[in-house]
Amino acid sequence: MIQGTWIVQCGGVGMVAQLTALERTYAAIILVCVICVGVAMAVAGRGDLMAAHGWIVALFGMVVMALLLRGIDAPDPWEERFREYYDDPTKVGIILSLIWGVIGMFVGVWVAALLAWPDLTFDAAWASFGRLRPVHTSGVIFGFGGNALIATSFHVLQRTTRARLPDQLSPWFVLLGYNLFCVLAATGYLMGLTQSKEYAEPEWYADLWLVIVWVVYFLIYLRTLARRREPHIYVANWYYMAFILVVAILHIVNNLAVPVSIGHAKSYSLFSGVQDAMTQWWYGHNAVAFFLTAGFLGMLYYYLPKRAGRPIYSYRMSIISFWGITFMYMWAGSHHLHYTALPHWVQTLGMVFSLVLLVPSWASAGNALLTLNGAWHKVRDDAVLRFMMLAAIFYGIATFEGSFMAIRAVNSLSHYTDWTVGHVHAGALGWVAMITFGSLYALVPWMWKRPALYSARLVEVHFWLALAGTVVYVFAMWNSGITQGLMWRTYDQNGTLAYSFIDTLVAMHPYYIARTVGGLLFLAGAVVAFYNIWMTISRPAPVDEGAAADLPVEPPAPRAWAQAGE
Amino acid sequence: MFNFHYRLERNAMGLVLAIVVVASIGGLIEIAPLFTIDETVEDAPDMRVYTPLELAGRNIYIREGCYACHSQMIRTLRDEVERYGPYSLAVESKYDHPMLWGSKRTGPDIARLGGKYSNEWHVAHLYNPRDLVPESKMPAYRWLMRNALKIGDLGEHLAAMRAVGVPYTDDMIANATADAYGQANPDSAQSAGVTARYGESTNVSLFDGKPETLTEMDAIVAYLQILGRLTDVAQKTEQANVE
Repeated sequence: MIQGTWIVQCGGVGMVAQLTALERTYAAIILVCVICVGVAMAVAGRGDLMAAHGWIVALFGMVVMALLLRGIDAPDPWEERFREYYDDPTKVGIILSLIWGVIGMFVGVWVAALLAWPDLTFDAAWASFGRLRPVHTSGVIFGFGGNALIATSFHVLQRTTRARLPDQLSPWFVLLGYNLFCVLAATGYLMGLTQSKEYAEPEWYADLWLVIVWVVYFLIYLRTLARRREPHIYVANWYYMAFILVVAILHIVNNLAVPVSIGHAKSYSLFSGVQDAMTQWWYGHNAVAFFLTAGFLGMLYYYLPKRAGRPIYSYRMSIISFWGITFMYMWAGSHHLHYTALPHWVQTLGMVFSLVLLVPSWASAGNALLTLNGAWHKVRDDAVLRFMMLAAIFYGIATFEGSFMAIRAVNSLSHYTDWTVGHVHAGALGWVAMITFGSLYALVPWMWKRPALYSARLVEVHFWLALAGTVVYVFAMWNSGITQGLMWRTYDQNGTLAYSFIDTLVAMHPYYIARTVGGLLFLAGAVVAFYNIWMTISRPAPVDEGAAADLPVEPPAPRAWAQAGE
Repeated sequence: MFNFHYRLERNAMGLVLAIVVVASIGGLIEIAPLFTIDETVEDAPDMRVYTPLELAGRNIYIREGCYACHSQMIRTLRDEVERYGPYSLAVESKYDHPMLWGSKRTGPDIARLGGKYSNEWHVAHLYNPRDLVPESKMPAYRWLMRNALKIGDLGEHLAAMRAVGVPYTDDMIANATADAYGQANPDSAQSAGVTARYGESTNVSLFDGKPETLTEMDAIVAYLQILGRLTDVAQKTEQANVE
């Protein structure tokens, strides 16, 4: 059993010994392939930045190989393991999510400070706003959010199907392969490697790698569902599946590109101009929809009812909101291109669907809040559940604001300003991060079989830091965005524009400082969360009796399982 | 309807297919016609492609993430047309793989920046924006002056652009490296070929002010000076849709 010394054993003897000898062999073969690909990239990309990425790939493979080799000779695990769920990848995913979260939010505070004090770049190219900004966005969306989605999806999938993951190797491939993608993304931006497509910045080879990882992820889902002990597939899994499937479609289409050569990191997008703009924002808006909404709704639909101890309020509302979101979001991307060179009919379609989208969005938020009926005393006393409630409220606020901003006339004011940035953060801080922290706080004691978190008070502290940070941030951006939008279109008595661009920029300065403070509060909350979870894990604790019931249903004969595994 | 769903959610493959079909409809209806409907992109017979030096500059613009703060898309709004110039037409970014319309204006729109300021102004501004505009939030890009421009592989870049549909000729691809050098060195033997291949009005200039070396500053300034000037169709078209 993996207990308090987990961290020492992480990736070493403890978790590697859980793999079968065959799985360890396959893992070694995959890692040798990864290292070879890395070296090949380094050789083919001589004189290009691709060589640096080749060495990073090879190094990543070697580090994982070193961890594997420490336990390569361990005896095969007991057949007893088939009586339990397979949670090791979830545990590591939680830690990786928190590490990426702290890094991504720190860089966020830094880029916020750069807008108030631009000389914080120190004449270093990697430290300039344009290169750090995608480190922040990818760090929090893909590093923090993505790892949390992978970790929770493995947990939720097993509990709602009452079946163990199909094998023990593919979840590691997905988790570690995904993190290799994140490392390539972040290091690439610092070196100046980017496709410039927002939220799809990594270059062609990283994109190809993500496709492979994603296919394996999808297969884990299908293979586990095929062996489920529950006739129905639970709502949370619909959302996780929509997240996996639609992100695959979006990622593949939007990243179609021709590399300069096999040894060049640089590629040229297959699309140009107006078609590229539409494809990019079809991707961009649905990255919000299917990565930052669908996936996290999957989290909400499992952890909120579980923590509240109440069933989901309405099954039918779940169905309506799920299909509404899946259908309508894909039309809404063109609202990013109002009044541009995009044909008017596409702009109108985008606006109409964005407005109707409010119905399934509020059905989801309402369903979550109504689930809490009868458990409001728990919301008052339990900060973990309060995180989830606040997430549902911010989800409702942000989706209302989004539909509002998609109206052409409103968009003429809000677009290109900080209002958009404020809106994104109302969703990202208020909804995505709150539901993630709430879910991870609920999940950690279950995973490490602890009776409770290290400190409930620190969860309280985190809750108020996160809420205060979000409110300060969003209000600062509302003020600066609306102020700037209005200044840009103000005319004086002579009928000429009243303000120069630089006048409007000067007016932003106090808000940029306020925004940095808001971000700093939120980052401080994340650090508190990291400490609290770390202490929960590393502190020796009595075995939680409740964990004994957290087991799959009717495990069949071990022999059959061993054959199904790889 | 709910009975149908009750059956659907017991079938994993059915659910997968339903998600893929339902999610694909919006994109197919909004994106596919953009490639086939002729009116989507206007005609601009006079439009030229980026020179190798301008393309290298554009790649530096992408590398430094300039698009995060500068848009290149003037909307059909009265105040924008008055502030920045004629609103942007789809054809103007026809050769932009990818487009750089942007989504945020921490700095001003630069779709019509070309020719607005001198090369010297751009060099000084990129070296330290606050020397010229004390309130500016833009980073100082001093390393562009220090870094030599990599031009040896520009032919491959042009070939890749041709593969995605930009009409570069064999002649342009074969002479890409020489043209990049020539465009930034008006007195060199290579400069005549640039105007021969890309047109008489091509901006051949000592962009960074230094004749001896070709720097990244040369390329980025060459790019900034061509913004909005690949075609003058926007100036010639009546701006009918301003709101």
